[in-house]
Amino acid sequence: MRHRSALVVSIAVIGALSLSACGSRDEKKAGDTAGGASTTVTIGVDAPLTGDLSALGLGIKNSVDLAIKQANEKNEVPGVKFQIKALDDTAKPAPGQQNATQLVADNSVIGVVGPLNSSVAQSMQQIFNDANLVEISPANTGVALTQGEKWATGTKARPFKSYFRTATTDAVQGPFAAQYLFKDAKKAKVFLIDDQKTYGAGLAATFKGEYTKLGGTIVGEEHVNPDDRDFSAIATKVKASGAEAVYYGGEYPAAGPLSLQLKDAGANIPLMGGDGIQSGDFIKLNPKSQGDLATAVGLPVEALPTAAKFIADYKAAGYKDAYETYGGYSYDSAWAIIQGVKAVVAANGGKLPEKPREKVVEAVQKISFDGVTGKVSFDEFGDTTNKQLTVYAVKDGKWAVEKSGTFAG
Amino acid sequence: MHDLPQQLANGLILGALYGLVAIGYTMVYGIVQLINFAHGEIFMVGGFGALTAYLALPGGTTLWLALPLMLIAGILVSTLVAVGAERFAYRPLRTAPRLAPLITAIGLSIVLQQLVFSFYPDAKKARVFPKIPGDPFHLASITIQRSDIFLIIAAPICMLILGWFVARTRSGRAMQATSQDPDTAKLMGIDTDRVIVMAFAIGAAFAAVAAVAYGLRTGQIDFRMGFILGLKAFTAAVLGGIGNIYGAMLGGLALGLAEGLATAYIQHIPGMHLFGGGAWKDVWAFVLLIVVLLVRPQGLLGERVADRA
Repeated sequence: MRHRSALVVSIAVIGALSLSACGSRDEKKAGDTAGGASTTVTIGVDAPLTGDLSALGLGIKNSVDLAIKQANEKNEVPGVKFQIKALDDTAKPAPGQQNATQLVADNSVIGVVGPLNSSVAQSMQQIFNDANLVEISPANTGVALTQGEKWATGTKARPFKSYFRTATTDAVQGPFAAQYLFKDAKKAKVFLIDDQKTYGAGLAATFKGEYTKLGGTIVGEEHVNPDDRDFSAIATKVKASGAEAVYYGGEYPAAGPLSLQLKDAGANIPLMGGDGIQSGDFIKLNPKSQGDLATAVGLPVEALPTAAKFIADYKAAGYKDAYETYGGYSYDSAWAIIQGVKAVVAANGGKLPEKPREKVVEAVQKISFDGVTGKVSFDEFGDTTNKQLTVYAVKDGKWAVEKSGTFAG
Repeated sequence: MHDLPQQLANGLILGALYGLVAIGYTMVYGIVQLINFAHGEIFMVGGFGALTAYLALPGGTTLWLALPLMLIAGILVSTLVAVGAERFAYRPLRTAPRLAPLITAIGLSIVLQQLVFSFYPDAKKARVFPKIPGDPFHLASITIQRSDIFLIIAAPICMLILGWFVARTRSGRAMQATSQDPDTAKLMGIDTDRVIVMAFAIGAAFAAVAAVAYGLRTGQIDFRMGFILGLKAFTAAVLGGIGNIYGAMLGGLALGLAEGLATAYIQHIPGMHLFGGGAWKDVWAFVLLIVVLLVRPQGLLGERVADRA
């Protein structure tokens, strides 16, 4: 009896699996024919769609989706239809690596936007580079990703030619924050905390370099675990250190409670961080965030005349989640791939070549257009040529622009 | 070192939280010799139960009214899940080799995490938990958060009730008897199934109280919060002598203190500056565990049990 039921279950499972396989095959055929004689190519997205950082990740996915829809509507590349394939990396390197393999294996994928986290990017770069598949991150700020591990000593070497980013690096972001805290906010004593991840530790290190060079004092240093939510011991230390501000290298899920517990402990000093904390969720998680500061790459999308249309379109598209910090950069990243495809198609007599990936990488390197976030083009390392940054402060439950500028070393 | 009193207070408060969760490990282990690794998730679902109650209340309800309702909801959810787990996941395996229920517990912990992750609205990221409004209290040089007051009051009350229950009531004595020798207890007419369910339920109720305390403290809860905290509470239970109720609380306090002091001071010991700070506190917690197990394998308050296999 038992054996029989097991058999029935196995048959049912196999049946269901094969049925679903048929289903997906049919779907693909339908997609191919929908555009008439046109080819359908895929733009992959890799971002945390679930988990702590999903607010940022969903903003990335939706913005890419918007770019693709508009490219299709406008018939931006004649004969080519775009579609999106969004995969969830849960902000961790291992799933990111699997996603990269999956995207590479899908022959219709012609470019990838993502990921959010520098540590995830590290696990993906080699795979994309081996497959000559262009990857443009809207959010990675870890310097080594484009300039090699030895960038801090002045030896810059680009490790992967298929990797680009529309976000500026921590080599710019950390020092920009240091300049703001020391010169504008007049804070001469800072307590430095980081979460030991590629992004957080890198940011804290570049901040420290510039801040001490300017003459500021680091009164204490701490490292925390990214999953930690109890910071009472550290809050007490910060309070006892007499720091005038805390600089935190890390992301908002830990930064929110850290800032809250600092203020609860009686250290009424601002916490400053990078773009990893400049999210609406930081304020939601932290009722005492008033006065906290964050830098973010680029100018605020809301303040750019070029972005008014993006914001209006995003609203009109009716996405459930906000576009968040990286929306504009994600849109521009997707648009850079679309423009790359356009150039390749134009060079090939109006048709997509047989093996387009390598040519798209070359085309993206030469791209130059006015995007949502300003001029979009890449230097010899794959970094954006746009070095503008903005300092935000929490005011009345919102991130308000404090100061914008172009970084000068 | 002038912040030592504050650091001691931080450690004790955190330790009380560990202790409350550790009770659940200790009671279940004491009676069925099962390390219930899903207990961290029982703690987590309690937090979400309490949050649901808070969200269901009309906006503007004072916390003095909301908090008891949140507690009741949290305890209800935790207890239901724990009792359900006992009935459907552990009881069928009670006569199986020890390893089987242990693996089931680990599986159950993942299932519970994924259920909350998939079906609780917006649980994919951290959910905001209410805080007790108002300024902190100052006691000489020590600052105590309003939200921590809840824990400071709740932990001893829970312990007193439990102590009274185990020592003075019929059910409590049945529990002691079952923990000493389940087979003989059964022969004496004790409904051991009922006793086991009770142990799960009490542990779950304590975990729910701890979850509310955790939410109030950090201002947020998320579907993974049970994992690390569960591991710490398990450590606390072993530290105190697993199976011993007071040991669980003592182990929790010791662990909390160790973490707080390690974060604050180990860096300042000459030659140790690389091994201090917040990033190392988990390491020191487990070093403490290893030291205790080497020196006193039965834990701080545990008794050497030679007659049991």
